[in-house]
Amino acid sequence: MPPLAATGSGLLPMLAVVLPVLAMVVALPLGARGAERMTIALLLPGFLLALGTAIAVQSSGAPAIHLLGHWSPPLGLAFRADGLAAAMLLAAAIVIAAVALFARGGFGVRSGAPETRTAFAFWPLLLALWGGINLAVVANDLFTLYVALELLTFAAMPLVCLEGKRETIEAALRYLMFALLGSVLYLLGVALIYGSAGTLDITLLSGRLGLEAPVIVAAALMTAGLLAKTALLPLHLWLPSAHAGAPAAASAVLSALVVKGSFVILVRLWFGVLAATPSLPAMQILAGLGAAAILLGSAAALAQPRLKLLVAYSTVAQIGYLFLMFPLVAGMPDSETAAKAWTGGSVQAISHAFAKAAMFLAVGLMAARVGHDRIADLAGTARHMPVPLLTFGLAGLTLMGVPPSGGFAAKWLLLSAAIEAGQWWWALVVLGGGLLTGGYVYRVLSVSLTSSGALAPPAPQPPGTPDAIALGLAVLSVALGFVPLASFGLVQVGRMGLAP
Amino acid sequence: MSATLFGLLGAALVGIGLFGMLVGTQPLMRIVCFNLLGSGVFLVFGAVARRGGGAGFAADPVPQAVILTGLVVAFAATTLAVALVLRLAGNEDEDRH
Amino acid sequence: MIAGLAVDVLLAAGSLGLALGVIRARRVFTAIALFIAHGLLLALAWVRLDALDVALTEAAIGAGLSGVLLLAARHRLARGGSERTTEAPGRVATIFIGLGCACITVALGYAVLALPKPAPGLAAEVAANLAATELGNPVTGVLMVFRGLDTLLEAAVLVLAVIGVWSLAPDATWRGTPGAPWPAVTDGPRALLARLLPPIGIVVAVHILWVGADAPGGKFQAAAILAAMGLLVWFAGLVRVPPTASWPLRATIAAGPALFMAIGLAGLAVEGAFLAYPEGLVKPTILIVEFVLAASVAAALALLVMGAPSRDAPP
Repeated sequence: MPPLAATGSGLLPMLAVVLPVLAMVVALPLGARGAERMTIALLLPGFLLALGTAIAVQSSGAPAIHLLGHWSPPLGLAFRADGLAAAMLLAAAIVIAAVALFARGGFGVRSGAPETRTAFAFWPLLLALWGGINLAVVANDLFTLYVALELLTFAAMPLVCLEGKRETIEAALRYLMFALLGSVLYLLGVALIYGSAGTLDITLLSGRLGLEAPVIVAAALMTAGLLAKTALLPLHLWLPSAHAGAPAAASAVLSALVVKGSFVILVRLWFGVLAATPSLPAMQILAGLGAAAILLGSAAALAQPRLKLLVAYSTVAQIGYLFLMFPLVAGMPDSETAAKAWTGGSVQAISHAFAKAAMFLAVGLMAARVGHDRIADLAGTARHMPVPLLTFGLAGLTLMGVPPSGGFAAKWLLLSAAIEAGQWWWALVVLGGGLLTGGYVYRVLSVSLTSSGALAPPAPQPPGTPDAIALGLAVLSVALGFVPLASFGLVQVGRMGLAP
Repeated sequence: MSATLFGLLGAALVGIGLFGMLVGTQPLMRIVCFNLLGSGVFLVFGAVARRGGGAGFAADPVPQAVILTGLVVAFAATTLAVALVLRLAGNEDEDRH
Repeated sequence: MIAGLAVDVLLAAGSLGLALGVIRARRVFTAIALFIAHGLLLALAWVRLDALDVALTEAAIGAGLSGVLLLAARHRLARGGSERTTEAPGRVATIFIGLGCACITVALGYAVLALPKPAPGLAAEVAANLAATELGNPVTGVLMVFRGLDTLLEAAVLVLAVIGVWSLAPDATWRGTPGAPWPAVTDGPRALLARLLPPIGIVVAVHILWVGADAPGGKFQAAAILAAMGLLVWFAGLVRVPPTASWPLRATIAAGPALFMAIGLAGLAVEGAFLAYPEGLVKPTILIVEFVLAASVAAALALLVMGAPSRDAPP
């Protein structure tokens, strides 16, 4: 492929990366209160930068590109926001904004109040996570992506054990070990790719690599490393305890965004870097693992006694859907079917981000008010906390894939692409996963809707802003299903691996 | 010649470090093995850099710069892991008292 | 030629033997000691690979700071006597893991041998564009100009790591002084070293930083040496580390990356691209960034070794 040329709109995604990182650095001397105010002040500009990127990409039909210091690859570094990146930037800006506003209750600092440890850490970590996910979707250099992965890990790990309980520290250590192993394997692959092609720029690499031994070894190492970070079964072991143990606001961003960063990099690897390399068997393995994750993860969620663990196992399952797109896109990249599968995977990533953030926030509200999250003892919560329960239910619709919802659009696209491609077995997995998801969502709702519980329910509380924020995210995840399918064309812009 | 030899050494260190990380029982031991694994990765990168020397440079400067950045990031990761292990031990002291 | 080959083989064999020693070691202390020795051998290997910048960093960070960090951690754990251990895999599982790791090594070794010849790379591109950076050291040119973004982000990652480590402190002590790995020694050889070495170390660090523009050296190496000097003085009890609540301390850590990003944004405003340096002023701008960055990175590295503020710290 020819080298990239800068576009005028390229500075939008660039600022979307730089501003949160700068704010994270400045947050340290400013202290918790300053960091909180700066984060809140950055939410709207951050959203507008993402929206601007999406509009520019959609209207020009081409990626927004920025060349750092005017140096073009292979020597320099480029940011390349294609349609998928723009959509992820938007999703990240919305989820971060919702979580930041939600978290003011728990981590907000009143003027004059002493700086608490959790507030001191939470705001910069959230900013770093935002910058990290933005970098992971727009960076076009394999080593810059490594730095993005580390930024995400270093921000996510302390969030897991922010409350300082022993089991959360153990979960954080397990997570860190998986994540570090994942980064190191990824980096090893990067070394071999550079040795094979002499560049790390994804656009330049695209089409340059053949089926040589170093490339195959590199692809295997990088895929394994990224799967460990994305928590695809069987490398999911760290996820449930880490995501369930974190504070609700942290769980929301961990499940909604952090695992998507490494997923997008995996997409770049197979459909960008390795676009010219026939890889259907590898793609079938990835989708097979995804199918296993959907079925086993949902079944495990069904069996969980605790609500937060149920939601965490649901993440394990929903991540599986993302991988169904791989063999469907790789089969015939230029076909209508591949485009469908690509859109399906992208919409799944985004609608799951909204739904799962909503669900974790709602569950956090419920657990905080009832004082526990044992599902069996949730009877009566519907009457006293109607809004969080409604949020849980709406988000559940998206996860199940019930029409009309974002999850339905995603799963319908994946399902019909599977049938068109003659790989009908993935369609069965989508349907089976939907049924199991329905099962665990129903289990929570049915207990909560029983009028009297064994324990006296807490005093009814009027729903507050946090309830509304969680509900807003859930509504958004459903509303994606009302968006006409044509407007999802955004995620097709700048898709790599297509015939020129 | 040096490049190939140290590249192969890097491959060996990757295997040794990975093994130690997977079978180790003490967290600190696993962190040491993670560092062995990391040094193997950097050596493979170093072999790539040395092979790519030319234009008046004994080794390709781009991978060298990447290795420098990577070394510092890997060190930061090690400190985070060590801090977690120490915190875990401290918590258990508190539990006992 | 033959002599060079002999040195290489000796280095590789020694490094391999030490690495095997690390995973066979029964005591953590032995493993760490062997690991430090391994790091020093690797620094020599980097010299043989003609990567002097990496050799300096490997010796300072890979062996030096990592070694201090691990030894201090072992000391604290041994005193507490309560390191949590996970269950060892069974005999069969161990064999399978061993076979798996061996397969990875073989595949990797094969991949290294199968890399294309002549090796593709960017040496010629760097050489052709180095003049525009006004720098003589190509590695510094890559770090500060061609791939300046990576360097900037990595400096930010260090700030993030400091925040992460501090966030792991218990609530009661988190605004206190960073944890003390071992009791201060005020007399004996270590204390003497702590008085003698730092002035020399600081001179060396500034020299490495200064020549880094044109010869091997630069901010990472200088920062690692500065951090080591700081730790030495601190171990000897000659200085007290400010508490993590201290504003000047926090500002020192943040200053380098913040300045780097501010200059990057100025480049956007003036030259139209993030991290574009003003023409004619490239080298002075880079030198200023490198000096401030070295101070910030040194502070961050030293604090990362010291660890979370804990009750071990003096009240």
